[in-house]
Amino acid sequence: MTLRPARILLYAILGLFCLYYLLPLYVMLVNSVKPLQEITSGGMMELPQVWTLAPWHNAWSQAQVGVEATGLKPYFLNSLLMVVPAVTIATVLGALNGYVLTKWRFRGDTILFGLMLFGCFIPFQIVLIPMARSLGFLNLSGTVGGLIFVHVVYGISFSTLYFRNYYSAFPTELVRAAEIDGAGFFTIFWRILVPNSGPIAVVCVIWLFTNIWNDFLFGASFSDFSSQPMTVALNNLVQSSTGEKEYNVHFAGAIMAALPTLFVYIVAGRFFVRGLMSGSVKG
Amino acid sequence: MTQAFLNIDKVTKAYGAVQVLNETNIAVQKGEFLVLVGPSGCGKSTLLNMIAGLENITSGEVSIDGRVVNDVPPADRNIAMVFQSYALYPNMTVRGNISFSMEMHKVPKPEREAKIAQVAELLQITHLLDRKPGQLSGGQRQRVAMGRALTRDPAVFLFDEPLSNLDAKLRVDMRTEIKKLHQKLGTTIVYVTHDQVEALTLSTRIAVMFGGDVQQLGTPEEVYNNPANMFVAGFMGSPAMNLFPAELIELNGAVGVKVVTAGGFITLPFPHGAHLTDQIGREIVLGVRPESMTDPESADHDSHCLEHVDLPVELVETTGADSFVTILLGGKECIGRFRGKSTATAGQLTHVTFDMTRAVAFDPKTEQRLA
Repeated sequence: MTLRPARILLYAILGLFCLYYLLPLYVMLVNSVKPLQEITSGGMMELPQVWTLAPWHNAWSQAQVGVEATGLKPYFLNSLLMVVPAVTIATVLGALNGYVLTKWRFRGDTILFGLMLFGCFIPFQIVLIPMARSLGFLNLSGTVGGLIFVHVVYGISFSTLYFRNYYSAFPTELVRAAEIDGAGFFTIFWRILVPNSGPIAVVCVIWLFTNIWNDFLFGASFSDFSSQPMTVALNNLVQSSTGEKEYNVHFAGAIMAALPTLFVYIVAGRFFVRGLMSGSVKG
Repeated sequence: MTQAFLNIDKVTKAYGAVQVLNETNIAVQKGEFLVLVGPSGCGKSTLLNMIAGLENITSGEVSIDGRVVNDVPPADRNIAMVFQSYALYPNMTVRGNISFSMEMHKVPKPEREAKIAQVAELLQITHLLDRKPGQLSGGQRQRVAMGRALTRDPAVFLFDEPLSNLDAKLRVDMRTEIKKLHQKLGTTIVYVTHDQVEALTLSTRIAVMFGGDVQQLGTPEEVYNNPANMFVAGFMGSPAMNLFPAELIELNGAVGVKVVTAGGFITLPFPHGAHLTDQIGREIVLGVRPESMTDPESADHDSHCLEHVDLPVELVETTGADSFVTILLGGKECIGRFRGKSTATAGQLTHVTFDMTRAVAFDPKTEQRLA
């Protein structure tokens, strides 16, 4: 194939955009590994003259985030403790909902699904006050458990939507066959539906993980110092530093906050493609 | 009266106001091979699903081996079902698929293994046991689906159009396999199909269904030779029975029929109509199977009522063994099954031999059988 001028131009523009998009990441990376005076002296775009991991170390375990100088470590853990159960519970419940809504139809199921779908469109801000009341009532205010609860409630709408649409294409005859074989409601779910849900489970997990990990509003509203997630802690780190702004530490912290979602995309994304492929082979 | 093994007693099915199955009574004896046949939407699959317990029975009773099963869940009805799509669990191996039901019924592992080996041997799928359904061909999947059903030693086997996803040749092979399997095991089978050839070859009895009603229930011979009404006559057989208008007349002191042809009319004796002497002159619909209007050499010479007529030919279709010759009778295009090397040519007269002992008559209004 010959490279015609138009095509060369196309690639040039694409390359330019690519650089443009990668620029912030470059800035974050190089500034997180250079001493502060190199940044403050105006060398933000240059590669470091002295390479150092001290900002990373500092952000992780020494920086003043809350009352004590603990670094971001405990908040990173908070986020993990929040996001893993929340994603798991929301995904499993969504799968169960999808299973019931498609394979055990009942009167009014479409309306119920429509109402659940409605949850996808409710802006976070609207529910802040009622949710705060509810959490107080449930004695979950300011705890990681409370955050998990909030995220599960919001996540179910999306996970139900994903799984319902996926399972509606799942052959009902398989469920009928399992019924005749003697499998009960949950056995059919775990043994027949779940093992065939790979691709949609990955989509659902990526979506929920990204949203819950990156959430700031609920984290800021419903947590206290002991249960703050990573996003809130990062904000506190950047906002509340006294004296000189330690930009290199901020950059390192910001990258830390972004790493898990990146990790999920890279790891699960591969399974996602694989799942799609195995499904597309005549089955 | 002895209680039937599988008894369908006054069973109906309605979805809201829509009645999909009218009151149906079928008694199936142990070891019978009952085929429910009919066009799409006739209620045959609905009836099967009700026997299986996958759909509720609106009214009436289904009993298996003397036990009313209306409220018994499918797993406890002692039935096994083979689905049109085979419904193999894609995430399990063939072995897993076959043993799933036994696992659900808490059969101990050694027993399961023995049974799997036995069934696999019977269906010649031993070499496939560790494969996933996705790696099997259509025919192999079909076998696995049957294997899965066989492990249960069910009282009744239910088949829901099991061959309709296979190509023509494989379909014939698997048809033979199913027939052999029935002969070997002697299990009671209820089999749903829309293919009347399958129905005729497999069954010991056929229920021809249409519009939510059983039109006729009988042996393949009865259904084929003595159709109860015009629907059954037209549905069973390929090509279908020729149905054309005729008039009852008196012919040589007996009952005969007068049929309009392309060039005038012909009169034929009608032995089946002997009791219709009081209805001479009425319009009827005459039913003649293609093999009962053929060339003189192919006619059934044991018949005591062969009639030879010369008729103009409209069209000849050769299929190798047979030639299908189109002739206009009573204004309808009728097909005669001639020998493959028949000399009949379109546009010319040819000798046609009617076997009138096989001719039947229907009421044009009610479409029911007259004689």
